[in-house]
Amino acid sequence: MNENGLKSGSNLEKVLVAGHFAFTGECGPPKGANVEHLKEKYEHLRGMVDSVNITDNQTAVVRMSSVAASAIMVGDGIEPNYQMVCRDRNRLAMMADILGAYSLGIKNMLCLSGDHQHFGNHPQSKNVYDIDSIQLIAMTKLMRDEGKFPNGEDVDVPPKMFIGAASNPFGDPYEFRVHRLANKIDAGTDFIQTQCIYNMPRFREFMKMAVDMGLTEKCYILAGVTPMKSARMAKYMAKFVPGMDVPEELITRLEGAGKGKQAAEGIKFAVEQIEEFKEMEGVAGVHLMAIEWEHKVPEIAEMAKVLPRPTFD
Amino acid sequence: MIVADRKPLEEILEMIKDYEKVLLVGCKGCVTVCNVGGRKEVEVLGAALRIARKKEGRPITLDETTIERQCDPEYLEQIRDIHDQYDGILSMACGVGPQFLSEAYPNQKFYPTINTKFMGGATEHGVWEERCAGCGTCLIHKYDGLCPIARCSKSIMHGPCGGSAKGQCEVSDDIECIWDTIVRKKMEQGRLEDLRIIRENKDWRTARDGGPRKSIREELKK
Repeated sequence: MNENGLKSGSNLEKVLVAGHFAFTGECGPPKGANVEHLKEKYEHLRGMVDSVNITDNQTAVVRMSSVAASAIMVGDGIEPNYQMVCRDRNRLAMMADILGAYSLGIKNMLCLSGDHQHFGNHPQSKNVYDIDSIQLIAMTKLMRDEGKFPNGEDVDVPPKMFIGAASNPFGDPYEFRVHRLANKIDAGTDFIQTQCIYNMPRFREFMKMAVDMGLTEKCYILAGVTPMKSARMAKYMAKFVPGMDVPEELITRLEGAGKGKQAAEGIKFAVEQIEEFKEMEGVAGVHLMAIEWEHKVPEIAEMAKVLPRPTFD
Repeated sequence: MIVADRKPLEEILEMIKDYEKVLLVGCKGCVTVCNVGGRKEVEVLGAALRIARKKEGRPITLDETTIERQCDPEYLEQIRDIHDQYDGILSMACGVGPQFLSEAYPNQKFYPTINTKFMGGATEHGVWEERCAGCGTCLIHKYDGLCPIARCSKSIMHGPCGGSAKGQCEVSDDIECIWDTIVRKKMEQGRLEDLRIIRENKDWRTARDGGPRKSIREELKK
């Protein structure tokens, strides 16, 4: 721990430790070196969220590296949550990138398995998976708290990262999901951002199990929200996105809104969700993944009454 | 056993397009068991090559033989007397075959006719599935006889990942999520605590990552 009792001193950590309801956003780096495009996207999030996730070759599509995009944001005064997947790099590259990221001012990190490259635009590539997401959490914690590499050698200035991980409450086998969450907490994750939630009854059940097992005492859980732009998007996600649970009622609700009004209905549903999460036991915040809809974040934040965001000196 | 698939006829024809006299060598080992490179398959491929070349107006002389095992120097001797009578030799064994043949007969040219795929077995007639990745340090006992290294698309040691749905892998509906199976088995047996252990990072030195491998049994060396 640092002198101030914080593990990393990141803004996100401060928000959560102070007991505020956290609100984080997400931004995918460009498919190229277009820094202006990246800036245009994250500027919509300035002041609206506590930290912005920077995705790492999401859906296995090659993009500007998450560490570079995160560093650009640090330089621009917006706090990134640097995502790292296990698909593309072995433990040497991971450790090097963690050290590099920290030295560039990055203080939050999200440890993920990553979508298989089969989904992406270079399915011919080799998949690495030297270690998995749970081992990545443990390795990052070891470097941060013990100042050691896995081989036992000392880290010359440990990377003080606020360590995050993902959880999919809707993957199968459903009964095991909360135990996998417990494994991530045992490995050392400080916070969790869940997969996009649409099936509210199932998520309520999942959270109840997490609370009953005492997991929410050990880790901050941020509920994942992605507003639907249309019934078509809902159907697509239900069918093609791995591990996604989109109930039929939501699709019917969006269709019922009528032409031209489905996006507004999608946002309305997201806002209702956020309102419920604020009251739900064990939920410490919301992670809003407005995919290619960053400009809608201010409107959603306003409607969900999560503004202004807390600030610290 | 080693499981393989035959290469497309066009690819094999391209390899031997300049040759007039070729030997096709089958193997009575694994590839006979998985019906891809035994005596029967040698006959089928031999006939197909002859017909194709005849159709092109460039008939080929193609002799056939099937030896005990192409991965054993002792049996490779079976073609010593005839190996230099051909423009090239096609091997119908796994990837080991053409290499052992090349090492035994450095002056001859050898060509693979099959693609070696994995170590596995037949789950039903005509269907073979992968079971072992040959990582050199078996961990199967930790997962109730099911190997996530070979059978999980991400080889993760703490699964299932978020992409598992209805017992299927995110990569394809045709792939079983082995983690789903492992977890269900542990739950049915009331041994969920086995899956609450954080496993050490795997040491890949014993796998192919450590470089080409050798197995030496001193007591058997002459």
